[in-house]
Amino acid sequence: MPGMVTDSASSLVPARARSVSSWGLGDGQAIPWDYAPSPESAEIVSLKERYGLFIDGREVAASDGETFASVNPATEQTLAHVARATAADADKAVRAARRAQTRRWGNLSGRERAKYLFRIARILQERSREFAVLESMDSGKPIKESRDVDVPLAAAHFWYYAGWADKLDYAFPGRRARPLGVAAQIIPWNFPLLMLSWKIAPALAAGNTVVLKPASTTPLSALLFADVCRQADLPPGVVNIITGPGEIGMALVTHPGVDKVAFTGSTEIGKRIARGVAGTDKALTLELGGKAANIVFDDAPLDQAVEGIVNGIYFNQGEVCCAGSRLLAQESIVEPLIDKLKDRLSTIRVGDPLDKNTDVGAINSRAQLEKITELVASGVAEGAELYQPACDLPDRGYFFRPTLFTNVAQSHRIAREEIFGPVLSVLTFRTPDEAIEKANNTVYGLSAGVWTDKGSRILEMVSRLKAGVVWANTFNRFDPTSPFGGYKESGFGREGGLHGLLAYVRLEDR
Amino acid sequence: MATPGRPRPSPGRTGASRAVAARAQAAAVVPVAAVPARIEVRKTYKLYIGGTFPRTESGRSYLVTGADGAPLANACRASRKDLRDAVRAARKAFDGWAAKTAMNRGQVLYRVAELMEGRREQFVAEVSAAEGLSPSVSRAAVDRAIDRWVWYAGWADKIGQVLGSSNPVAAPYFNFTIPEPTGVVGVVAPETSSLLGLVSRLAPPLVTGNTVVLIASERRPLPAVTLAEVLATSDVPGGVVNVLTGRKSELIPVLAAHSDVDALDTWGVPEDLRLATEQSAAEDIKRLLRRPTTVAEARFDWLDDAAAERPEWIAAFLEMKTVWHPIGG
Repeated sequence: MPGMVTDSASSLVPARARSVSSWGLGDGQAIPWDYAPSPESAEIVSLKERYGLFIDGREVAASDGETFASVNPATEQTLAHVARATAADADKAVRAARRAQTRRWGNLSGRERAKYLFRIARILQERSREFAVLESMDSGKPIKESRDVDVPLAAAHFWYYAGWADKLDYAFPGRRARPLGVAAQIIPWNFPLLMLSWKIAPALAAGNTVVLKPASTTPLSALLFADVCRQADLPPGVVNIITGPGEIGMALVTHPGVDKVAFTGSTEIGKRIARGVAGTDKALTLELGGKAANIVFDDAPLDQAVEGIVNGIYFNQGEVCCAGSRLLAQESIVEPLIDKLKDRLSTIRVGDPLDKNTDVGAINSRAQLEKITELVASGVAEGAELYQPACDLPDRGYFFRPTLFTNVAQSHRIAREEIFGPVLSVLTFRTPDEAIEKANNTVYGLSAGVWTDKGSRILEMVSRLKAGVVWANTFNRFDPTSPFGGYKESGFGREGGLHGLLAYVRLEDR
Repeated sequence: MATPGRPRPSPGRTGASRAVAARAQAAAVVPVAAVPARIEVRKTYKLYIGGTFPRTESGRSYLVTGADGAPLANACRASRKDLRDAVRAARKAFDGWAAKTAMNRGQVLYRVAELMEGRREQFVAEVSAAEGLSPSVSRAAVDRAIDRWVWYAGWADKIGQVLGSSNPVAAPYFNFTIPEPTGVVGVVAPETSSLLGLVSRLAPPLVTGNTVVLIASERRPLPAVTLAEVLATSDVPGGVVNVLTGRKSELIPVLAAHSDVDALDTWGVPEDLRLATEQSAAEDIKRLLRRPTTVAEARFDWLDDAAAERPEWIAAFLEMKTVWHPIGG
């Protein structure tokens, strides 16, 4: 059926979009940007046929023996069968985490905890290629992103928080930072290993133990991480990983033995989780959806802005909660900006995630591809103007062309709903006030971008944007020292930096 | 001087506990029906919304009694419409209050303490009547409430330095994190401590630029209304604090479900409403500051500075904004 999906997507492409007239070549022909295939070898990854749960330091089958398949979204082939945890398994994992926390990890000095975390960081660096290839196979993201962004940042996260483990006394003035206990952590499929590191590193540094549930479409890098824990000789039960569908996540969230819940994912599920935590003393942090505005003023360096816009929305196929999915362009530069964007789009290489030249890989799952297709169709139906570059998509796998909508109204679904795909909606503004009004006119508030050469304007926009991360003259930058998280329905609490540590401690009087 | 809110020393249907005690003594010698030399001008306890003191649009009130059961006054029984008006006023006031310089906000809040000091005796009498405390104990609570304003007011221009950060990212970018106020905060005041508990919950969200819709203690609402009168005569702009009195069971669900309320301090939410309140708040991802279930509301010691003065309670109503900008180029 993927062929059908691809066809329906390509039927949305107007014929005139297939030739690029703005090259100034006069013949309406696009410059050929063909690259010879440059595939990364998958040999470095030795996949097992079956993966169990990682509980109390051991790999175990689900209590009822059930499994599910993890599929390579670029080939639709099954990569491995993974244990489908039950509520009983969740309970077992929470108990293991509790034992490890009270008997071992919680009593270990910060210095010793730090050394375990440094070990993990080092092993991730040593095995970085293996993780990058596996991540691209399981999630569909381009190898150059998993290799240059996901894996190095994941290692850096463990590195950063390792150093906090023995410095907690200096983190919060006048307060002693105590671990919360057992953390239940649920992560999404868009950055599987990176989100794992954002969750596990600060939790362990502060003396908590964890039960982590990766997304059901991308469990493999987390299960490979279990092997890293073993290599690091991490005490059993400090990290537990259970795989399965969303219900297992809810079983974890509502488990009475859990002290802290951390969730990254959709706002809809985030609300369910918040309801699940209601009435208890569990600490909660939520990193949810977004619909970021990327605001380009007329004095911005346009070529740099175009790169930032492209990176903002087509990075990781646009499957990024902080993606710059709404371009707000000042009216006087809309036309040259759109022309440049369309030119740039025609050079984007969509295809095999393992090819080192690929810019946009596979959409993570068929369900997600259908959601993107449906929302793009709604954009066309509601009257926005669609542009997609002419590019061949692989015959198999879940792929979607980089998409740009102009003539978008604030009321359109593509301007309001999180698409989580490579789809950019272009809106316009005249004055800074109008830009702020439109940028903030959303239930979300995760991130925003501002492009202008004027420093005072940047600071003015920064202070008025209701967003947890504002990128000025850049976009989609991440760092373990840099707090990340949202305003409004994009969630609460921060990950990264000192603020990320706060989410995993209880502050007591000294 | 007929200061609004001064407890009535005269006998009658209502009166503060000190008056009640005096009346009991006097009753032995003076006939109850005796006409006093001067008829007191009684105070009407009203709501405080958008800087004005309306009566509830619902036209309802309830009788507030002192700790000894003696009637003190009628308080407004605010309606859901009043609550919505209060949220609207708080939203309208937010931009201006949040945009004030931190130092200015600190001075404005310090002035609240100055004005409370001037009404100290009135607060002492009201707290005594409401909570059944001896004058010396209630004086200690009032003094601490005034000092607590001073403590929190001083945080206005410091919290950003304590909670903000400059982040050493591993790339050529200038990166910093600054706290910003969340927005409109709903505060459900403690039921037991009518003034000190109230001030301890109200000051933390205010000091950073949030605006507040406050549901007063249901049984002991009168000091909250008098505090509103202090706020109205201070430099705190109208709408920054809005005070409602009435039935918590009627008002809390509306507050928790209101989509223009960004955060809730649920300290004073009764146990039987706790679950529903938090579930309702989850619908639009409200930030929650929750009293631990292990802490009994009535037993919390608001006089204990170490326990009751916490920068964490300021931080609970802050959003951390991180900004990146390239260096060079």
